[in-house]
Amino acid sequence: MNANDISARGANWLAALTQGASLLSGFPPSVRVAHAKLGQHAARYIAVVPDPANPYPRARSGEVGLVEAWEVARAVREVVDADQKGDEKRAIVAVIDVASQAYGRLEEACGIHQALAGAADAYATARLEGHPVIGLIVGRAMSGAFLAHGYQANRLVALSGPQVMVHAMGKESAARVTLRTVAELEALTANVAPMAYDIDSYASLGLLWKLLKVARPDAPTRADLQAVEQTLIAAYEDIRHQTSRSLAGRLSAGGRPASVRVREKLREQWT
Amino acid sequence: MDAQELLHRESFIELGARSRARQLLDAGSFRELIDPFERMVSPWLARQGIVTQADDGVVVAKGTIDGQPAVVLAIEGRFQGGSMGEVSAAKIAGALELAAEDNRNRVPTRAVIVFETGGVRLQEANLGLAAIAEIHAAIVDLRRYQPVIGIAAGTVGCYGGMSIAAGLCSYLIVTRETRIGLNGPAVIEQEAGVAEFDSRDKPFIWGLTGGEQRHRTGLADVFVEDDVTQIRSEVLNCFRKGRPAACRSERVSGFLHRLAAFNPGEQATSEEVAGIYSKGFEA
Repeated sequence: MNANDISARGANWLAALTQGASLLSGFPPSVRVAHAKLGQHAARYIAVVPDPANPYPRARSGEVGLVEAWEVARAVREVVDADQKGDEKRAIVAVIDVASQAYGRLEEACGIHQALAGAADAYATARLEGHPVIGLIVGRAMSGAFLAHGYQANRLVALSGPQVMVHAMGKESAARVTLRTVAELEALTANVAPMAYDIDSYASLGLLWKLLKVARPDAPTRADLQAVEQTLIAAYEDIRHQTSRSLAGRLSAGGRPASVRVREKLREQWT
Repeated sequence: MDAQELLHRESFIELGARSRARQLLDAGSFRELIDPFERMVSPWLARQGIVTQADDGVVVAKGTIDGQPAVVLAIEGRFQGGSMGEVSAAKIAGALELAAEDNRNRVPTRAVIVFETGGVRLQEANLGLAAIAEIHAAIVDLRRYQPVIGIAAGTVGCYGGMSIAAGLCSYLIVTRETRIGLNGPAVIEQEAGVAEFDSRDKPFIWGLTGGEQRHRTGLADVFVEDDVTQIRSEVLNCFRKGRPAACRSERVSGFLHRLAAFNPGEQATSEEVAGIYSKGFEA
């Protein structure tokens, strides 16, 4: 799949996981928010989806634009604020299929970097406040869009398959910026795991908590849905059983030895 | 700045990352962690035939600022465009994590980040992106205890995931020479066409995303001349102010309110953005 193709995966998985629960009103069509149980626990599910009628022309294909990012921030912070004095901090599930951040003049002029910071801040704050935050990657998790919507989660879960990818930049732009042709880039990325676009290479870096194979990732079967639900519940329990609210779990899987070594050296030399 | 001031001015931008860090810390307090003699280089560049640098383009310097324990993370824009690879980004994330841990142990370590970066180093793509997420996490964590101050000064600017990091800082200090944007001009042109964004039109780019405009629109807190003394004194000012009531990235309803005033079907000029955003983002 090309990064710019319209995808219904985010919407389909959000609807399936929330059993078709009605969407919360007050959010734009590109930001879907719904409540459902995660096992025995209340949870809020959030997805950014394509909206061909989006008033912002650069954010019609599932990109995270100015409004999407600030609205995601609002959807997350509503939960944090509402549960501030509650006994149980609700879970937040980011259903992730985001083509990219919105590329546009108006976006840059109005500080889309600040909008994405708003969303990343909201998720990070939710995690630090004790909300179990789970990122479920069902399609593309690209670049700034992923940083804003999902990368701050306590645990990342991804479906396997060729249409699931995580990357810092689309292939055409990455080729231009690194002064290569797309063919050269593809040949090179096949041998360098962090540059590859496929989810199996990404999984080898140790950043995923679970990689899950389902039969029909575009429109989940009953068994697919059950498998994903069981994994989300397991992720929830795993988060609850750990005292740490940091992202340190992503370092322990062994896929990033230099990242670990840098931290060890910093600690040795810190005081 | 008059002629006399100009003669006595010491440029911050012309300094490398190591000298910038040294100038921001109290005199004599600079101590570098994982210094270049440790040769902690990128494990990924060499196997792609690209020359490495012994500090991977980031200087981690401990010392004091205003007598308080501090760490300065300075990005070297002259190596690979200040891009974030596995090692360089881990140096920033790891140092911020230790600063937050210090605060939990009642050591009030504070942090300054000197941004000079194009964002993710594409030769290390997903490892850079992952580490930038960890930088974001660490800023939001540390910011609960002490202000985290960002400085964007030089002409490389601050782009990609690191512009988001700048957006998370408690205070952001900018010069006229710098730019802050999410997407680099060449990438916007590639993705959206030259009519949307002409990457060769420098006055247009600085007009929309330059430091002066970012300050005018409330997306940066302090506007400074390219002067070491002035920048250091503004850093001290920010630390003395303490944590802001709310950081910019927390002003969700304020930004949504202002965005509603734009017509998204039309391109806004820098004047229009300033007119709307200068009203502020208080909810």
